[in-house]
Order: sequence, then C-alpha cells, then structure tokens
Amino acid sequence: MEHSVSFSVNICEMDPDYENLGEDEPDEEPIFQDLRESAASTQRSPETLQMDIFRECTDSQSDGTPDTEQSDGTPDTEQPDGTPDTEQPDGTPDTEQPDGTPDTEQPDGTPDTEQRSSLQRHCWSAATQKVLSSMPSRTVGKSSTAVTSQHSSQLHQNQASPHGSAHSFRPVRDGLSKVDVKEISTEENKKERLVSSIRGLSLGEGIRKLRAMPLSLTDKMEIRRLAFSGIAGNTLLSRNIQCYSHLRAYILRMWRQCLFSCHIILSFLQLWHLPMKRLSGRFGTGVLSYFLFLQTLLHFNFLLLIITGLFVVFPQAINPPPLYDSHLNNLTGLELLMGTGYLSQSLMFYGYYTNTITKTCSTGESPVCKADRSQIVPYSMPAAYFLTIVIAFFITCIILVYSMSRSFGRSLQVLKSKGNLAVQVFCSWDFKVSKKSSVRLHCENISNRLKELLSETISGEDKKSCKQRLCRLIVRLLAWAACLASIFSGAIAVHHMSEAFIKRRSFSDTELLLLSAVVSGFNLLLPGFFNLCAWLEKRDSPNVRICVSIFRNLLLKVSIVGVLCYRWLWRIAGEPGHHGLKCWESFVGQELYRLLLIDFIFTVLYTFIGEFLWRLFSKRMLKRNRKPVFDIARNVLELIYGQTLTWLGLLFAPLLPAVQIIKLFVLFYMKKSSVMLNCQASRKPWRASQMSTLFIFILCFPSFLVAAVSVIYTFWKITPSSGCGPFRNLTTVFQSSKLLRQELEISHPALSWLTWLYSSLVENPLILFSTTGVFLMVIYFHNQVVDGQRQIIAQLEKQIENEGKDKKFLITKLQESSEQNNLVSPQ
Amino acid sequence: MGNKQTTFTDEQLEAYQDCTFFTCKEILRLHSRYRELAPHLVPLDYTNNPDIKVPLTLIITMPELKENPFRERIVETFSEDGQGNLSFNDFVDMFSALCETSPRELKTIYAFKIYDFNRDNFICKEDLQKTLNKLTKGELTPEEVALVCDKAIEEADLDGDSKLSFSDFENMISKAPDFLSNFHIRI
Repeated sequence: MEHSVSFSVNICEMDPDYENLGEDEPDEEPIFQDLRESAASTQRSPETLQMDIFRECTDSQSDGTPDTEQSDGTPDTEQPDGTPDTEQPDGTPDTEQPDGTPDTEQPDGTPDTEQRSSLQRHCWSAATQKVLSSMPSRTVGKSSTAVTSQHSSQLHQNQASPHGSAHSFRPVRDGLSKVDVKEISTEENKKERLVSSIRGLSLGEGIRKLRAMPLSLTDKMEIRRLAFSGIAGNTLLSRNIQCYSHLRAYILRMWRQCLFSCHIILSFLQLWHLPMKRLSGRFGTGVLSYFLFLQTLLHFNFLLLIITGLFVVFPQAINPPPLYDSHLNNLTGLELLMGTGYLSQSLMFYGYYTNTITKTCSTGESPVCKADRSQIVPYSMPAAYFLTIVIAFFITCIILVYSMSRSFGRSLQVLKSKGNLAVQVFCSWDFKVSKKSSVRLHCENISNRLKELLSETISGEDKKSCKQRLCRLIVRLLAWAACLASIFSGAIAVHHMSEAFIKRRSFSDTELLLLSAVVSGFNLLLPGFFNLCAWLEKRDSPNVRICVSIFRNLLLKVSIVGVLCYRWLWRIAGEPGHHGLKCWESFVGQELYRLLLIDFIFTVLYTFIGEFLWRLFSKRMLKRNRKPVFDIARNVLELIYGQTLTWLGLLFAPLLPAVQIIKLFVLFYMKKSSVMLNCQASRKPWRASQMSTLFIFILCFPSFLVAAVSVIYTFWKITPSSGCGPFRNLTTVFQSSKLLRQELEISHPALSWLTWLYSSLVENPLILFSTTGVFLMVIYFHNQVVDGQRQIIAQLEKQIENEGKDKKFLITKLQESSEQNNLVSPQ
Repeated sequence: MGNKQTTFTDEQLEAYQDCTFFTCKEILRLHSRYRELAPHLVPLDYTNNPDIKVPLTLIITMPELKENPFRERIVETFSEDGQGNLSFNDFVDMFSALCETSPRELKTIYAFKIYDFNRDNFICKEDLQKTLNKLTKGELTPEEVALVCDKAIEEADLDGDSKLSFSDFENMISKAPDFLSNFHIRI
C-alpha cells in the first residue's frame, strides 16, 4: 500500500495534527481502492475548468476569465469515469463542481499562498472530483431537500421542485416513470413529523409555526387540517383531558374571528394603505419611513385621545360647571388661533375642569339615593384627572419601549461584518419600488455604491495629505462652532424675550403670538442653516452626515423645549399671582396650543415656499433638471417636536391630542402631494431600519422623557392654582388620590382592600426600591447572557473558518496523492 | 369575513388566514387582483378549489412586479411546476411570504431560492453574475461584474467551497438589517 503509506507519511511530515492518519488505514482502503480504480481510467473533466483565481494580494485585479465550468447543469459530470460507484450515497445531483476558494484574506490577515496556489481546479483528477462531490456537506443538503429532484435530475433537469428546502414532500406530478416507494414513505414520515410538531403546541404558537414553514400553501393547508382537526378520533380519556384545550381553542378562535371582523378598527389601521404604496413605489423605503412614523404618531395620539376623552372629558362634559364670564360666548378667528376667549372656558383647557365629586345614583331615583349612601357611585374629577394622566403616560411608555425593543431587535447587527459587498448585492434592492424612473435611479444608486465599494477595497482608504486633513478639520470645527452658536443664540433670544414679557406683567395677544412665532421661526430656519454647514463640511460617509444632521436638529429642539419648560414650570407656575394670572395652567395650555398651531402654519408655509417655489426657481433660474430631495431627518424631528409638545400639554389641555390628530392628518396629505410634485428620490442610500430605530429611540428618550419628567415635577412640586381646575385648594396634585381614598373608605367600606393595597404598595418606598432593584438585576443578567452569546458566536465563526481551511488542505492533499498515483502506478 | 361574499367558503377563508399572514379582507382583495390578470380564465367562485393557473407572462404584468428585475425568478420560485404558472394558492403564498409581517427566516429561505438561478441549492458565481446583471442593468463593465462576484463570494463564503450554501447566505443576511424592509412587496 505504497500510496497510503506515502500519503500518511506526507501528512505526518506536513502537520503534526494529522499524525494519527496512518493508523486509520483500514478506513482509508475503500477510498484508495477507488482512487486506484479511477486512476486507471482517469479522464480530465470534459469541461475545461478555466477559472483560476490566482491572486497574490488582495488588491490585484482578477483575470476575469469567463467562468465556463458551471454554465449548464448537465448531469454527465457526476460519474465522469463511468465506473459503478458503490461508495457514493445516492442523491447527488449533478451540477456540483467543488471549487477552490481564492481565500486570500484570512481573518488574521496572512494570505495563505501555499494552499491557494494549489487550488487549481483545472488539474483536478476525476477521482478527486468524485470524492469531493460525495462529501457529506453536499449530500446532506440534497437528501433532505426535495426528494423529487433526484428523480427529476435525469428526466426533468430544470423542473426541480422550487420549494426544495428542508421540508417539501409534494410528489412530482409530471411524467415520472418510476415511483420510488421508499422515497414516498420518507415523505409521509416528514409530513407526520411536521404535523406532530404543530399538534403539541398551543393554537397561537402552532399557527405562527405553520405560517413560518417554507412550504407551498396547499401543503400547509393539509398540515393544518391534520394537526388542528385530527382530534376527533381519539379515545374518551384523551377527549376528557383535551376538553379544556378544546374550550380554550374555541374561545381563542372566536376572539380571532371577532378581531378580524372589526372592520372599523382595521380600516383605520390601514388608513393610508394606497397612498403609502404609491409613495414607496416611487421613492423607496426612505421616504416611506417618514410617513410610517407619521402614522405611528397618529395612533399614539388617538390612543391618548380615547383615554382622556373617556375618563376626563366626557364626565366633565356631562356635568358642566357654571361659567364665570358670560360675555365670552362668541368664538372669533383670532381666538381660535390664540386659544383665549371662548376656548379658555371650554373643555379644551385645564381651567374648565372642576374639583367636584359627582355622585351618580346606581338606581337612578334621587329620593332613594339620598337616603342610602352605599348606592352612590362617586366619580371624583380630581382623582380621575390625575389617574388618567398617569395611566396615559404609563401606557405610552410601555408601548414606546416595546416598539423600540422590537425595532432594535430587527435592526441589530450581531455579527461584525468583514465586508459589505455581498450584502450590497443581495440586500440592497428595494422590492417596493415600482415606478420605472425610480427603478432606473435605484439601479444607478446600487451600481454607484458597488463601484465605490470596489474602489475602496482595491485602493484602500483615500490617503489625504496632512494639509488637506488639517483643512478639513478646521472646516468641521468651524461648522460645529457655527451650529452650536446658532442654537445657543436662538435659545438665549427666546429666553430673553420670555423674561421681557414676564417682567411687563401683562400678556397682550401680540406679545404672545410673537413669542410663538419666534420659536417656530427658529425651528424652521436653523435646520436650513445646519444643512448649509453640512454641505460645506463635505463628509464622505452618508451615514455620518445623517447622524450629525439629526444630532444638531435634536440639540436645537431640546434646547428650545428646555427654555420653554423653564418659562412655564419655573417662572409662571412659581409665582402665578405675580403675573396677574388667575389660572396659570390654562395659560400654559394656551401657549402650547398656540405653539402647535403656529408650528403647523409655518410648516405649511415652508412646504409651499421651500419645496414648491424652490423647484420652480431651480428649474427656471438655475436651469437644473433635478428636483430637491425630501429631507427626511428634518421632517421626522419636526414630528417628534410636535409630539413632545402634545405630551407636555396633555396635563394642561386634555383635548390637545385631538388638535394634534387633525394636524397630522392634514400634514400627511400636504406632505404627500408636495413630495409627489416637488421631490425626487434621493441618490444616497438610506438605512431604513436603523433610521426607524433611531427615530423611535429619539421619540422615547429625549422627547417622552422630557414630557414625563415635566409632568412628574408638576404633580410633585408645583402648587396648583387655587382659582380653577380640578386640583384647586390642594397643596400638591398627589393629594387628590388621598382624597379619593378617603371618600372610598367612607362610602364603600367593601373596597377598603383596594385602599389598603394602594397605601401598602404604591406609597411604600421599600416596595418601589426593591422592585427597581429586581428589574435592574434582571437587566444585568440579560446583558451578561447576550455578551456570552456574542462570544460563542465569535468562536463558532472561527471554527467554521478553520473547518474551511481544513477542507482545502485535505483537498489539496487528496489531489497530490492522486497525482502521485498517476505517476507511480503503472498504466 | 363577511357573509356577503361567495368567492370562498368560511372554512377556506379561515384556512387562508391561518396559513398566511393575510386577513380575510386582504385575501378577497388578492383574489380580485388575481382575477384581474385573467378574467376569462379565473372563475369568481373558488369554493370548489378549481385548478386554474395563470401563466408567467400575465403575472409579471402586475404593477408591483412589472419593473422588478427579479420578477421572473420570484414567480418561478413560488410556482409549483417551476415554470412560473401560479395557481391562486401559489399567488397568495408569494405575497404572503413577501409581506411585512413575514418573519426573517422565511424571507431568507425564499430569497435564497430566488437568487439561485440554476436551482442547485447553492448560489454559485454564475448565479451571482446573473443577479448582478439584473441589478445593475449594464451599468458595470464585465470586469467589474466578475470582480464584484469574486469579492462577494470571498466575503460570504465561510466553508471555503466558493459557493454560497444556505448557511452562508443566512449568515450574510443576518448582517444586513435592511433586508427585512427591502425584501417586501406591498400588495
């Protein structure tokens, strides 16, 4: 066995890891017999394998020789020497050609020249190819894929079952000469396995699993029929045990039917389905993400409106308080804008709400009511107001955190990416784009991006001279300084204006309007200035550019909101009598209402001037054919700003979400027509999922956090005004809950457990601290688990790469040994 | 799920709802879209599951698919005979797999099948070349195309056989957070 000996000796010389190979001689026998057999009738592969992928270093050009070897999936290369092969497990379709990879870049960076140079597939013998094509990694995949492809490989080459991934079991219907009973029975086994895997789960989980199976719909329906209704033939015992699950399944199914037939809610959720489809068809995912975000905000506001409407607005609307000023009954246009006058005494603002405890009778007859106190159902407005606001914020917080984590999970990049080219090829085409011109633009974008990546990998990073880098640094510093200065000056200007108006002690209409106009003006103009700075900076990476722009806009909005909060919560709320205000909460509510409206007016003006007129101007004057691009980041931040104001204003004006809903509605149609008319698709790529995660994150963290902190501060520290509102005559708002408790204790002693629960759980700091501690521990634990998993993933990646190296090594050794066979064995 | 429609029985609609990511209303809308493609061929009444297939040439005239460079591959992948003739079940299956709520694993499996032009369960260099040519429509020179293919396989191929198996593809897709939102057709 000179070959085997020489083989093992070679291996042992090469690599100490393979010392034991010589001991495995009996196992090697069949392989080498094969080799010797086929060595006798060696033929080169009929197709010349011309693709050689020599590359000495990473930046050389490939030879670009056309790849002819896999041009057609002909079955004849399977057994090139024609010898009956008992070794090969069945089911190896034909189009397999083992290729040597030009793996020039090892992860540690050392090019493996020795292996690489020997992976020349054009001199592989047929024996090598045969052995390679029977490797387990080739055949395992095959046998578990469409069984039919084995049959059809000889008869119908190109009609392999398209659902040929792990689980298909559909028999081929067209012209099979032989039906292999064994293979049909393995199909039946697979079907049984699938059905039983679903049967064991609950209804919801089973349906989820069924939907995620990569089978054809007919197969899925059959599995469903077997899995979900095949309980009929069971014994009495199993039927009794499954009685509960029957009932549960029935209830769940009824609930799902009910849900699906709620046309109203569904049609509301799919309100703008057709416009969004047209938008995505023309502009792609980037612009669509703005409109989806708008829709999300609409849903949030709708939820808020329902909560406050049901529990605060509606009860107060039924029991209106006596009006103070009767001459404010007419509504004028300016008052609608300002929020004063008639509106100030309407359900809109805080001042309208009373601090009464309305007592309604459960029996409905008043004489009986007064006699028997236990039948009275008290509805305490202060407590309702307080609890509604708290619960609304709590629900919003939960929904935000949930959507943020879900969006984050989808956009997370767990594994570090070595390169981007493959991802760009496979994942960058936006399947939603359907308009011809947009498709052409999209093609151009992708080509440009690929060219950029190619040039990056070939020539490496752009080497700039020291002088250029210094220039660039100076320009960037200047741009940042200019932006920060503008933000700071804007905030200071608003602050000074506010202080000046406060010192004058009287609030005239024009002054208030002016303040709102100045704030909105800054919000509108400064982002344009930021865009100019960004254009001067000329950053390379579009991602960095977008992030910088978002950060600057965010900083502007945060500083303006901060200055306004200071004005409201510190200056005005701190000394209300000082300013001659009877009801400072209504005043703050009016300011917020005004801000929202004027912001909206300015947005309309900007859309008209900025986008429409600019397009006309650039077409006529500058004679450019290109329309402006829709600035997604800026518009989304404006939406977030509006939502922050709404959340802030919920306490002071419970109907503010309604205003915001109307505003968002109109904004959608306005922006949609503006985008369709005036804008074109962007040439720069837009990482849609990461951007949507970022937007939800910004919505949650600065925006919602500021609102929640303000509300908590208002409840905790600020004295409510004594002349109006549901919390008058209380030192803090928290006292209202205590009042409710006392009232409940008196009237309904049966509910005393509720009050006991409240006092022991919510007002007990120990419970709160321990709950927080437990949550923190759980978060820390999950964090550690994720870290551990990341390490395991890195190790597995390394392992896979090592296996690949091993494989290449063995292939070359195999080839060498077969060559030696050719040389040594007598022909 | 209204009682007014006669296209499907209630059991059929329930089965569709359970097996796809669509609601009743959407399935009825899909049926009307399907029928629009070939009104003389597709009956209004599907209660007895007629075996009708709409050919490939009609399906790729749909506005959602018309300009898509991979339209033929998509339709072929979801057709039972591999030629692109879709029955209504295949039609619904196609849009369900490509809809917004379809999970990542399912989309990855079907994306792999779509990009595997020669259907050998591997994405070889030739499949990649065809994909690139369809994507860039002649913007890249042949040398650039070959270079991109080589580099892409180099990056994504983990087990060293210079083809992308499904696990290589899945691994690469997991690094692309935009895959889910891009691989989505709105119907």
